[in-house]
Amino acid sequence: MIAVLRDLFRYNGEFAIGCVIMAIILGIAAASFFSPYEPIDSYLVALDAPPSLEYVFGTNSRGQDIFWQLTFAIRNTLAFGFIVALISRILSLVIGLISGYVGGIVDRILMSINDTFIVIPLFPLLVLLYFVLRDDMTWFVLALVMAGLGWAYDARLIRSVMISLRTREFTNTSVFSGMSMPRIVTQEHLPYVLPIVFSTFMNNMNWSIGLEVTLAVLGFTDVDTPTIGGMIFWANQHSAMVSGVWWWYFFPTLFVTLTFIGLFLLAISMNEYIDPRSRLDRMGNS
Amino acid sequence: MTQISASAGHGNAHVLETSDLRAYYRMKYFGIDREVRAVDGISMHVRKHEIYGIAGESSCGKTTFIKAIAAAIRPPLEIVGGQVNYSFIDDDLYALSPARRTAIRWQHLSYILQGSMNVLNPVRRIHKTFEDFAFRHMHLPRAEFDQEVRRHLERLRLPAEILRSYPHELSGGMRQRVCIALATLCKPEFIIADEPTTALDVVVQKDVLAMIRETQHEFGSSMIFVTHDLTVHANIADRLGIMYAGRLVEEGRTADVFANPLHPYTAHLIASLPTIGDRHTRDGLHGTPPNLADPPKGCRFHPRCPLAMEICRHENPALTTLAEDHRVACFAASSDVLPIADGKPNQPEALEVER
Amino acid sequence: MTAPLLHLDGVSRLYKRGGLLGRQEFRAVDNVSFRLEGDEPQIFTIIGESGSGKTTLARMILNMVRPSAGTIFFKGRDLASIRGTGARRRFMKEVQPIFQNPFEAFNPLKRVDRYLFMTAKNFTEARSPAQVEAVADKALNNVGLTIAEVRGRFPHELSGGQLQRVAIARALIPGPSMLIADEPVSMVDASLRMSIVNLFRALRDDLKVSIIYITHDLATAYYVSDRIVIMRKGEIVESGAARLVLDNPQHPYSQLLKSAILSPDPNGRGVLTGDSAASQQARASPHPAALETEPQSY
Ligand SMILES: Nc1ncnc2c1ncn2[C@@H]1O[C@H](COP(=O)(O)OP(=O)(O)OP(=O)(O)O)[C@@H](O)[C@H]1O
Ligand SMILES: Nc1ncnc2c1ncn2[C@@H]1O[C@H](COP(=O)(O)OP(=O)(O)OP(=O)(O)O)[C@@H](O)[C@H]1O
Ligand code: SF4
Ligand SMILES: [Mg+2]
Ligand SMILES: [Mg+2]
Repeated sequence: MIAVLRDLFRYNGEFAIGCVIMAIILGIAAASFFSPYEPIDSYLVALDAPPSLEYVFGTNSRGQDIFWQLTFAIRNTLAFGFIVALISRILSLVIGLISGYVGGIVDRILMSINDTFIVIPLFPLLVLLYFVLRDDMTWFVLALVMAGLGWAYDARLIRSVMISLRTREFTNTSVFSGMSMPRIVTQEHLPYVLPIVFSTFMNNMNWSIGLEVTLAVLGFTDVDTPTIGGMIFWANQHSAMVSGVWWWYFFPTLFVTLTFIGLFLLAISMNEYIDPRSRLDRMGNS
Repeated sequence: MTQISASAGHGNAHVLETSDLRAYYRMKYFGIDREVRAVDGISMHVRKHEIYGIAGESSCGKTTFIKAIAAAIRPPLEIVGGQVNYSFIDDDLYALSPARRTAIRWQHLSYILQGSMNVLNPVRRIHKTFEDFAFRHMHLPRAEFDQEVRRHLERLRLPAEILRSYPHELSGGMRQRVCIALATLCKPEFIIADEPTTALDVVVQKDVLAMIRETQHEFGSSMIFVTHDLTVHANIADRLGIMYAGRLVEEGRTADVFANPLHPYTAHLIASLPTIGDRHTRDGLHGTPPNLADPPKGCRFHPRCPLAMEICRHENPALTTLAEDHRVACFAASSDVLPIADGKPNQPEALEVER
Repeated sequence: MTAPLLHLDGVSRLYKRGGLLGRQEFRAVDNVSFRLEGDEPQIFTIIGESGSGKTTLARMILNMVRPSAGTIFFKGRDLASIRGTGARRRFMKEVQPIFQNPFEAFNPLKRVDRYLFMTAKNFTEARSPAQVEAVADKALNNVGLTIAEVRGRFPHELSGGQLQRVAIARALIPGPSMLIADEPVSMVDASLRMSIVNLFRALRDDLKVSIIYITHDLATAYYVSDRIVIMRKGEIVESGAARLVLDNPQHPYSQLLKSAILSPDPNGRGVLTGDSAASQQARASPHPAALETEPQSY
């Protein structure tokens, strides 16, 4: 495993850059644990100070140090994306595997549910939920809702991979070698499915972070939990652009973009490594 | 390298010409370093309106050669030397930009992959697959397109109902014919077929081969046809090339090769054709196929060759024209056959740069 | 009288074809009956038109697909009565498959010895790694390989012929009394083809295994088989001793099949001989009544 990571780092430029970016982002997120301020406290420091040695990223009109604010925001945003991706991956994996391997009526039922989820217009639904739930729409509830909405597309992908695996001859060889069905799925088929899970993990994080930022900017989330979107929301509330406090926008935008790029690079480089085809190519007659 | 005809691209009768083509599987990722020389110096040409057959035992590099000429190279397969020239482009295929190459592949070539019947998209009905592949290229209105597809399936003895099936609902032979239909529907200039009839019964196979011949006549296409089944070659190929361990060992008009095989390997292949009414015990070729990661020095057939001589162990016989249109690479065939440099590309660096 | 090894009694399989609208049923296998006696192992060949239901038949005999009508008895036991893991295992111990494409028969991401060891663990007494390996080695010896040549190898590191032999060795591990081989030689060249059918012969003679050999290759069918059935459109059109049938086919389709064999003579002109118009007509003609009454037990 370590050797693999080392080789990836050495031979794969995307992976190296992605790692560096994500290391910086994670470092900043980790710094939040050493913050001298509580994230929701306001009017602690001078207002609207531009970036300087004292306040690296400047301060905002609510008297918060943007650097420390950002550490919390990144931490929450990443955790948000991670939780959404984790839950929705589990959902899509389980549903895709069952649907694809069992087939028949089970498949038809699961896939009609699945198709319903694919066609639901996400954004209006989330806004609607916000108006219904209001204060109950916490950060965690939003994560659950988005996970519940984000599995459908990839479940279909996993299902189609499973169907083609099921029709491959080696599946029959495994059956006639006396392997049980769970064993065949986990040992013979999962190696083909996991790469999809991994690479869609990153993509799903990107998707959920993007959606969360959008919702937050528009004020449709719990703005008291500092997230990157929330920071931009507050900047808007205080007309930061008009009053020339550009750094209030700039740093959250910069870091959310970096996060996108980092995750994206990791997704494609992991893809290349884990993809069964390229994996086959690499297995030499050693 | 020397005989590359400058005119390859301009109006002579060769549609395809390869010269000293070398394609190796090179694995040097993640600490492993290995080189499989699956295509090692093949020079041949395909004439206009010709069906060129390629035969040879399993894993002698037939598919690899085909990939190289079909611009279907992807790592770890690399072109390490030589050229591929088509009459419809005026440069070496591998001197073009990858984008151009892909465009050419779609526009002029039609490639039936080996085992493609097993890679039809399992969650798409057959008619969807036809639309994906051909609708855009055919420039026909929908109704006419559908009709054309049906007509084409008819020629391959497939009922139109199969269009509404999923691949797993068809028998192996039906899927294989679907693949042939996909590849021949757009009337391509150059068809490359890798073992397209392995799963067909003899009656259907005969009809399909007749269909292929017919289409090829009608549209004046040229074709490379790969199969290990020599009887199929006998019935469809105009000229035949025999491959052994990554090299062309004999080539000639099909009738000449069958009547007068000059290479011991070809002779063995032809002699071992099983026929009905024959219950004698027959054996396969003795010895094991050569390991292409470490091929035998000299003539690659020498460890299994009944005629092997001292020189065969050290020198590599050049593919030499011994009769009109009949080339062979064997020292025993004639004293005209001379050795050429063996193994590695002569100047690997130079070749690399050339590419 | 002991029960026959395999007995198919009026077996049919229906499939629906087409989309949700305009579905139509058709018979992939239609009222097929035959017996394979158990006392003398034999190679039983099924030949037929592409799409005539050979694979479907094989899958029914392997109990992977259930017949829509009719019964299949294996050693006197109705396959439909085989339920549950234990019973299935006992059945698989007796009947094992060999597939068409040796490159597809093993998971490309896994080592091939894995399947040998799995089979040995699940179907034999062997428990310790050493025992399991010994069992695998013994099976490999039957096909002219040794465990040393196979251990730790991935499928792409073996040649097609080696892989097909490993697949056969795996199928032999449980000590089956019957092998079902669906086009086992269609992907390999003539020389490998001969070594595989020779192997079948040896298995029949030395290990007393009966083999159901499905193929399109009439030459090897003639060469190895004891009995043959010829299928077309789901039905058996002709059956009998292999040599008799192939030397002197009676049914028009069998005759057509024989006449369609490509021959390398006259020295490969690269042109198809024989008119396909005549063959089309033969195929379009309805089944002759004389042969339709035939399928009793052969
Ligand atoms: N992706 C790959 N990586 C490494 N080696 C490969 C790869 N694909 C093929 N080879 C090797 O290259 C050689 C030639 O293979 P190729 O598929 O061209 O044979 P072939 O003549 O088409 O055989 P067949 O008749 O079985 O299809 C073989 O030794 C094979 O093991
Ligand atoms: N799961 C399925 N659903 C619907 N139709 C099927 C299914 N499986 C097979 N069929 C149909 O049953 C018929 C017989 O197919 P089968 O695969 O048994 O033929 P085969 O004799 O093995 O042919 P080949 O020689 O081409 O392999 C075909 O028409 C096929 O379309
Ligand atoms: S060159 Fe020598 S070894 Fe090679 S085929 Fe001819 S006689 Fe045999
Ligand atoms: Mg090939
Ligand atoms: Mg079949």
